[in-house]
Amino acid sequence: MAYFEMTKLALKWAMTKPATSQYPFVPRQPVAGSRGRLVFTKDNCIYCNVCAKKCPTDALVVNRKEKKWIIDQLRCITCGYCVEVCPKKSLSMDTGHDRVAVTRDHEIH
Amino acid sequence: MARTVIPFGPQHPVLPEPVHLDLVVEDEKVIEARPSIGFVHRGLEKLAETKDFIEFVYVAERICGICSFIHGQTYCQAIETIMNIAVPPRAVYLRTVWGELSRLHSHLLWLGLMADGMGFENLFMHTWRVREKILAIIEATTGGRVIFGSCKVGGVRRDIDAAAITRILGELNEIEKDMRGLTKILLDDNSVKARLCGVGVLTRAQAHDLGCVGPMMRASGIAQDMRQLGYAAFNEIKVEPITRTEGDSYARCAVRCGELFQSLDIIRQAFAKIPDGPVEVKVTGNPTGETITRTEQPRGEVVYHLKATGTKFLQRFRVRTPTFANLPAMLQVLPGCDLADVPMIILTIDPCISCTER
Amino acid sequence: MSQEQIETITVDVLWEKVAARRQQGQRLVQISATRLPEHVELTYSFDLDRVLTNLRLLLPGQDTHLPSISTIYGCAILYENEIHDLFNVQVDGLTVDFKGNFMKTSVKFPFGSVKASAVVAAATPVKAAAAAPVTLAPAAPAANPAPTASA
Repeated sequence: MAYFEMTKLALKWAMTKPATSQYPFVPRQPVAGSRGRLVFTKDNCIYCNVCAKKCPTDALVVNRKEKKWIIDQLRCITCGYCVEVCPKKSLSMDTGHDRVAVTRDHEIH
Repeated sequence: MARTVIPFGPQHPVLPEPVHLDLVVEDEKVIEARPSIGFVHRGLEKLAETKDFIEFVYVAERICGICSFIHGQTYCQAIETIMNIAVPPRAVYLRTVWGELSRLHSHLLWLGLMADGMGFENLFMHTWRVREKILAIIEATTGGRVIFGSCKVGGVRRDIDAAAITRILGELNEIEKDMRGLTKILLDDNSVKARLCGVGVLTRAQAHDLGCVGPMMRASGIAQDMRQLGYAAFNEIKVEPITRTEGDSYARCAVRCGELFQSLDIIRQAFAKIPDGPVEVKVTGNPTGETITRTEQPRGEVVYHLKATGTKFLQRFRVRTPTFANLPAMLQVLPGCDLADVPMIILTIDPCISCTER
Repeated sequence: MSQEQIETITVDVLWEKVAARRQQGQRLVQISATRLPEHVELTYSFDLDRVLTNLRLLLPGQDTHLPSISTIYGCAILYENEIHDLFNVQVDGLTVDFKGNFMKTSVKFPFGSVKASAVVAAATPVKAAAAAPVTLAPAAPAANPAPTASA
């Protein structure tokens, strides 16, 4: 039978720095290798449409004629499959989780 | 005596999951529980008919937010069985490690929720503080906190290098120390014991007849763990099921506490034995055939029944998740209990309704 | 299917076979159904000491009736109600019948027939890359049904 185990733990933590952070005011340190947000680099894109074809949630549309790369951030699940299949490496994964999509607006690049 | 019907859920302070029960009560005793689920049915089994089998691993992973990795792993294993793909040994070990990390975070999540359910908020916060350390390891190695996304048909997407392994082993020692302290409270504290002991007793015979799986079954004295089947690296790392005989809520809590340390042990063994080499093989062609694959998730045995006819779409993708198998047992133990114990009993099966309905 | 054994049976011996397995102390692992062009195929999986064995039934694809095994294995009610709700298979003799209210789906009997499969598939947005204007086509309602749509 254990007595005052929780009290000991609570007292210890009452005197140490909290394990949590004041999140929106203190930004979170990005973790290396984390899948945060999809980043598109226009320069080497050849509009081959492979990313849009492979996207599991149909979040991407590539318009070859108008040279447009379009993403619906709310549909994107940041799985990283498009980054993997991109032949020209014009897609990459950013570690930041800062921006959150709240609308179905399409980002056109 | 007058009978009252009390609706319970789908929104309830202690329930993270949308299950609805109509509880027929006489004074404080529950006489009957009538369930209804189906609030979060997403039709994922149907989706297999329109999604490429390689892409579908992302969907399989999202069946459940907590046992996500093992869903993805089981799906990949099933496809690999059908297509006769030999996965490189290093990938197999990495899958084992991630599977056990996911078990650690799932069990810590559940232990926290249980503490929260009985009103022990402080313990809940501390359990989740330790869980956060596991999530940090997961994020650093796979890129996701709960949706790992690191398993693919034919292997894994990422490797863990030697430096990272040493760092993780150091962090696991810290985590083990934390968990020893927490499990001491969870298993020995008077107030916790008073809340759990003798609540929701499921006998061994009932557990067997109702087809229970996972910790629910092991807490009633049936020593069965699908990791004994020897999938992934479990043919080289032996797993002894952790069992209790009481079959009450306390036993289910104790089984999960025991499994925390078992998982740590498996991760250490896997890191000690992990061979060098590639982590994936190229997959070509489409699957033809059928398989039933079973693995052990944190909540119990999951069954994948896959049928493929040689196209890139599966003919049938059927998942029987552990909560689905544990629901009959939950309905069995509810009648006769006190109304105030209902949340605890529902929590101790570790319900995952999104899994159940897919 | 190497380690799993499948025994193909007919409906009339289903009870007998299932009861025999119950006698041996087998655990009911799952019941799964598959919609084939002409048939509904049912697979009953049982486990004894981690060895999986299966019983397989072929039922006609239309106006399908299936005897319930819920009197032998109580836990079969969930599987059988689910099969009724998804596959439009009439299960006779259920101990607890949800009468089609177990699963709430936006399309009634999504696996009800091969034709139903085609309808649902058509409602799912095909990748509209070829015809894509600069903006995405709005998501078809059937693709992301709100959970309450049919409740």
